[in-house]
Amino acid sequence: MPNFHRKLERSAIGFVVAIVVVASIGGFVEIAPLFTIDETVEKAPDMRVYTPLELAGRNIYIREGCYACHSQMIRTLRDEVERYGPYSLAVESQYDHPMLWGSKRTGPDLARVGGKYSDAWQVAHLRNPRDVVPVSVMPAYRWLEDNTLRTEDLGLHLKAMSRVGVPYTQAMIDNAPADAYGQANPDTDFAAGVAERYGEATNIRAFGGKPGQVTEMDALVAYLQILGKLTDAATASNVAAKAE
Amino acid sequence: MIAGLTKAERQLSLAVLTVLALCGLAFAAIGRNDPIGTHGFIILLVAIGVACVVIAGYYAPEPDKEQLSRYYDDPTRVGIILSMAWAVFGLFFGVWVAALLAWPELTFDAGWASFGRIRPVHTTGVIFGFGGNALIATSLHVLQRTTRARLPDQFSPWFVLIGYNLFCILAVSGYFMGLTQSKEYAEAEWYADIWLVIVWVVYFLIYIRTLQRRKEPHIYVANWYYMAFILVVAILHIVNNLAVPVSFGHAKSYSLFSGVQDAMTQWWYGHNAVAFFLTAGFLGMMYYYLPKRAGRPIFSYRLSIISFWGIVFMYMWAGSHHLHYTALPQWVQTLGMTFSVVLLVPSWASAGNALATLNGAWGKVRDDATLRFMMVAAVFYGLSTFEGSFMAIRAVNSLSHYTDWTVGHVHAGALGWVAMISFGSIYALVPWMWNRERMYSSKLVELHFWLALAGTVVYVFAMWNSGIIQGLMWRTYNESGTLAYSFIDSLVAMHPYYIARTLGGLLFLLGALVGCYNIWMTIRQAGGRLVFQGPEVDKPALTPPALQAGE
Repeated sequence: MPNFHRKLERSAIGFVVAIVVVASIGGFVEIAPLFTIDETVEKAPDMRVYTPLELAGRNIYIREGCYACHSQMIRTLRDEVERYGPYSLAVESQYDHPMLWGSKRTGPDLARVGGKYSDAWQVAHLRNPRDVVPVSVMPAYRWLEDNTLRTEDLGLHLKAMSRVGVPYTQAMIDNAPADAYGQANPDTDFAAGVAERYGEATNIRAFGGKPGQVTEMDALVAYLQILGKLTDAATASNVAAKAE
Repeated sequence: MIAGLTKAERQLSLAVLTVLALCGLAFAAIGRNDPIGTHGFIILLVAIGVACVVIAGYYAPEPDKEQLSRYYDDPTRVGIILSMAWAVFGLFFGVWVAALLAWPELTFDAGWASFGRIRPVHTTGVIFGFGGNALIATSLHVLQRTTRARLPDQFSPWFVLIGYNLFCILAVSGYFMGLTQSKEYAEAEWYADIWLVIVWVVYFLIYIRTLQRRKEPHIYVANWYYMAFILVVAILHIVNNLAVPVSFGHAKSYSLFSGVQDAMTQWWYGHNAVAFFLTAGFLGMMYYYLPKRAGRPIFSYRLSIISFWGIVFMYMWAGSHHLHYTALPQWVQTLGMTFSVVLLVPSWASAGNALATLNGAWGKVRDDATLRFMMVAAVFYGLSTFEGSFMAIRAVNSLSHYTDWTVGHVHAGALGWVAMISFGSIYALVPWMWNRERMYSSKLVELHFWLALAGTVVYVFAMWNSGIIQGLMWRTYNESGTLAYSFIDSLVAMHPYYIARTLGGLLFLLGALVGCYNIWMTIRQAGGRLVFQGPEVDKPALTPPALQAGE
């Protein structure tokens, strides 16, 4: 080997090629099959896409770096399932570009936080976490309520998401700003379209508690309330059916 | 500095800066309703600022033959200063984010100052700002000395250094504005990523062009590592950052991959950013400055080969150990765990090779804090790679994952290994670069060493404690078979350790400030100016490589 290597290290180009080939093998073997093996991601026909308001909320979640302290991945361990709910399935994040599984829990996992607390609790908690959890170390996000959500370009956001493979229809893309407004304002004419395009089970209400406008607080709470609720593939009966 | 550039290179610089300024202007115009517009202005300002410097020195006399026959070290000097500036910046933000976990109100009531936004400022500041500039500065120095060839031209090293720092500025200023892809160590958005690719290609071309003109028949081992760093980081960066922007006027983009594939790609990247940015590059540093400072040859050539190819091959399989017990298929988890454990062999081969090189020079390690920085770095490299292999085992990972133990592990590597080898190398390099006999004060190097070591130990012990306590509390059941502690119980238990880690980080920051002062005084000290004359004159060789018998 030393003799072969003595020759190799006399050739700059040879060395470059050798590094690229040797380094590429591992990633290729581990990543490429994830796109081709069908069992990697379970089937979930009932899975729906994020509404424009939820997607905007998700982008705020990313913007504020929430993922740095909150995971969205319940592992297949007994204590995690008992603390947070059924373990996470791959299919549950199939529309997550990017995924937000996280790698650190300074705060609790949020994969199934949707519906666990009321909107009012979420708003109060985001306004100042220590008002509802005195020993919390989470930052306060008071400004979310004051910031009007930027909705006029949400169609472009949905369009970009559809380019990377999320099944948004043309109607969803065209109506994105109106749907974002409608989802947070149930008493307006825009609300009906949201249920029509995203399903009757969609949460349509004044999440931030300030009817007549759409703030970043509305969007973030709408996103938090849908976490773990896009599909019920992870509930026990479905997992059992899959195991058969 | 401009005096070192030829006339044609000054013109090329102005042309490139004009194109850059126009790009900035275009972003500022198209993205005026989006944070990308702010970045357009930043690009424009940087381009104009650098152009002013070029114009101010435009009519300086061109470098003569004698100057062009010497090694070109101006970019290395500036790189060292930038590296130390980023170190202080990044470490300051590190201390701040650490303090926020103990005292969450210790901030301003504004988005830019909240934990989630300044945490990536810290990680990017130290990894890419401090570490990256140290790598660029040292690699250009090592490359020339080990090939005995001058850099191919004067323009491209400046393009790499300034372009790379522009990337860092775009990344960090973006986080303050809330621009992030949310991918660990790859947070910068699409346009900054594309810019980095361009910079990186030029960096690679400098390397390969210099190697092609080398006056030594063999490529020295330090250059293997620097090359692996440049090449593999390019592969990782391009694949992991594939994304579709919302529009050319939007900073926001959506990752091409989703869910499980995105997670695997991200941790393939994330773990190998550690492997090829924070390990391979700094091993390159170690393989040059440690033997040089110790005055001893590398202990074993054979160990160097084994550890190099072991690291290049096996690290790329290890990323999936970040995803144990998740929705990632188990076969990938098992592969990742297996390779992570075997990875201990080449890692310890490297660390052992470094420490064995010091045999016969331990007296110097005792007396010289600069060499001691490098020795302790090798020890921490050995310790943290052992810890890494251990934590990659599924059963251990079930406890350690999601806890502060991971944070402690990263910092054992980042503070103990990466920062220590960088400080050691910089202390060795500064007197050479500024023609001084030695650093301004060896006592201050000593002080920096002890502050850095104490800070690292305090930090790592605090995080080991908090991480293991956290992991155990989360999985403890009481006698009736239900979970014994709420999440918030575990958070309360962390409080003393979060204070301790802030203190550890503060010590480390103080050390870096001492280092900055010492380097500054070394550069500006009067009377200490000596023309450095090593055993050989520090100049490129003129003769072609001599072939050895039998080759």
